Amino acid sequence: MIDYIQPDYEVVRNKELCIKCKVCVRQCANNVHVYDESRDVLYVDNSKCVNCHRCVTLCPAKALKIVKTDHCFKPSANYTEDIIKDIYRQADTGGVLLSSMGTPKSYPVYWDKILLNASQVTNPSIDPLREPMEIRTFLGRKPEEIRYLPDGSIETEKYPNLELKVPIMFSAMSYGSISKNAHIALARAAEQLGTFYNTGEGGLHEDLYKYGPNTIVQVASGRFGVHPAYLDAGAAIEIKIGQGAKPGIGGHLPGSKIGEEVSRTRMIPMGTDAISPAPHHDIYSIEDLRQLVYSLKEATDYKKPVIVKIAAVHNVAAIASGIARSGADIIAIDGFRGGTGAAPTRIRDNVGIPIELALAAVDTRLREEGIRNNVGLVVAGSVRTSADVVKAIALGADAVYIATPALLAIGCHLCRSCHAGRCNWGIATQVPELVQRLNPDVAYKRLVNLVSAWSHEIMEIMGGMGINSIEALRGNRLMLRGIGLTQKELDILGIRHAGE
Amino acid sequence: MKRVYVKEEWCLGCRLCEYWCVYSGSGEKNFPFAFDKGATPPAGIQVEEVGPVHFAVNCRHCDDPLCLKGCISGALSRDGYGAIRIDKTKCVGCHTCIALCPYGCIVSGGDNMPIKKCQLCAGRDYTPQCVSHCPNEAIVFEEE
Repeated sequence: MIDYIQPDYEVVRNKELCIKCKVCVRQCANNVHVYDESRDVLYVDNSKCVNCHRCVTLCPAKALKIVKTDHCFKPSANYTEDIIKDIYRQADTGGVLLSSMGTPKSYPVYWDKILLNASQVTNPSIDPLREPMEIRTFLGRKPEEIRYLPDGSIETEKYPNLELKVPIMFSAMSYGSISKNAHIALARAAEQLGTFYNTGEGGLHEDLYKYGPNTIVQVASGRFGVHPAYLDAGAAIEIKIGQGAKPGIGGHLPGSKIGEEVSRTRMIPMGTDAISPAPHHDIYSIEDLRQLVYSLKEATDYKKPVIVKIAAVHNVAAIASGIARSGADIIAIDGFRGGTGAAPTRIRDNVGIPIELALAAVDTRLREEGIRNNVGLVVAGSVRTSADVVKAIALGADAVYIATPALLAIGCHLCRSCHAGRCNWGIATQVPELVQRLNPDVAYKRLVNLVSAWSHEIMEIMGGMGINSIEALRGNRLMLRGIGLTQKELDILGIRHAGE
Repeated sequence: MKRVYVKEEWCLGCRLCEYWCVYSGSGEKNFPFAFDKGATPPAGIQVEEVGPVHFAVNCRHCDDPLCLKGCISGALSRDGYGAIRIDKTKCVGCHTCIALCPYGCIVSGGDNMPIKKCQLCAGRDYTPQCVSHCPNEAIVFEEE
């Protein structure tokens, strides 16, 4: 069969610098680099390169670079190179196209069209290095009224809340989609940072139960690895209804990734595909959701907050309103630019709505209905920087979930090949030799660094606004101004245009 | 004394330690120049590899070093840091130390040429190069 698809990238080797140490050969799981002993020559097979930078990063002589090929099709703004190649690919295989991580399409990023305020003259800014700056956040249902205990003191603990030292959590990534070492790194970082990581739907490995106080355990449609000890282990339970990258779609972890440990953790036979159905088969209404929320609360003595995670889709505000009335303590909303370990390309690139609009719509709706205090609001789906975090909180979020930045911190180079299962950085793979490449001792420190850096920046930005607590920033949309947005977009975001 | 230890669990068998060791011993300023004349490992640290198992080994700088005891030319000695060092001007390449080393950590430099071994990058003001360049922090320099 003729292969219509030419390589996307070219590996360029500077022969003057190359010392033929062959680290590139040894480290490329895709076998791009080959050493021919008889000729004493290193050559490359560009067609296998996914542009993950493992060879470039490890090359001690800095002799390698990867460039986008300039081999081209006749230019067309309509039938672009990507579209042509996808059609060839489907003609080859007859299959659904798969992709990983967040959509690369150029949809508007509203974070970048929102500007932040700062104080001048009349309301002085605050120096976070000299004055107290509170970014601790409590997530969950808030009391409706002040109640006094018999001894005259105020009742403070009415509903279970999560206490976050930083308003940033690591979002759900299952053991299976990412490696055990990646999970260990996330768990240890969450513990040190005083925040939470999320198991995803793959259960909790027995070695990670000790991080339970910093773990959110997920219950998804496949119910993998869900049992009483699992629910008891976590600090909160998350019901996953949808994921931003693939709203309306379930999950499919191929049998090749279900080794002994994943199988034991997920409670499914080794080598079988782990298929999460698109819906929860017991949830067809808010009333059904309420039953699951209360089943989980009952199972854990009403001691843990229950999170319901949905994808940002049309009518998200009405859906969130229903969830807020279902007894859930926290709503997590995942925008369509969020990441995934594998999703059908057409779903990932076309379904859902941006998190910024969903967040603003949900927060506004819940306030209008007077039920915003019933729930904590967490947003996910491409929160890329500390500035995005500040904007999210000012739009009304209590906290954010980050996943792609967390993976980037531990070595991901966004080659978007997770679904192939041969992650050269030891993250999105279950191959023991590759998993070994991610030393949690190294990785957790990088995660702690990232989130610490962001919290310093958040405090700096808040200080500039003259705000000294995250409570005063939350839903404070006067701190935001749109730039280059239409009146409709500004209305949905509930912000004014720059200059107003 | 501080020694170089390798954690097998995290050793990837990438062999970068070997190349940085050669560079460290070359005295060259720029990394690629150390390999101009085709100088390649084996160096003072070597990756042992059988199938999926691989880990780097190097001189243990034993408390009771057989190599030093057996050296016929007086080329091996212990320096102020406790490291066993080789005086290349004295070594006659008899390979007695290689035969005596219980860890297989001394490497031939060729017939009648001085042997190669780990000297903990001693006398230089940096962490051993194999340690600082290990991509997975599998090699550490610490007290036992």
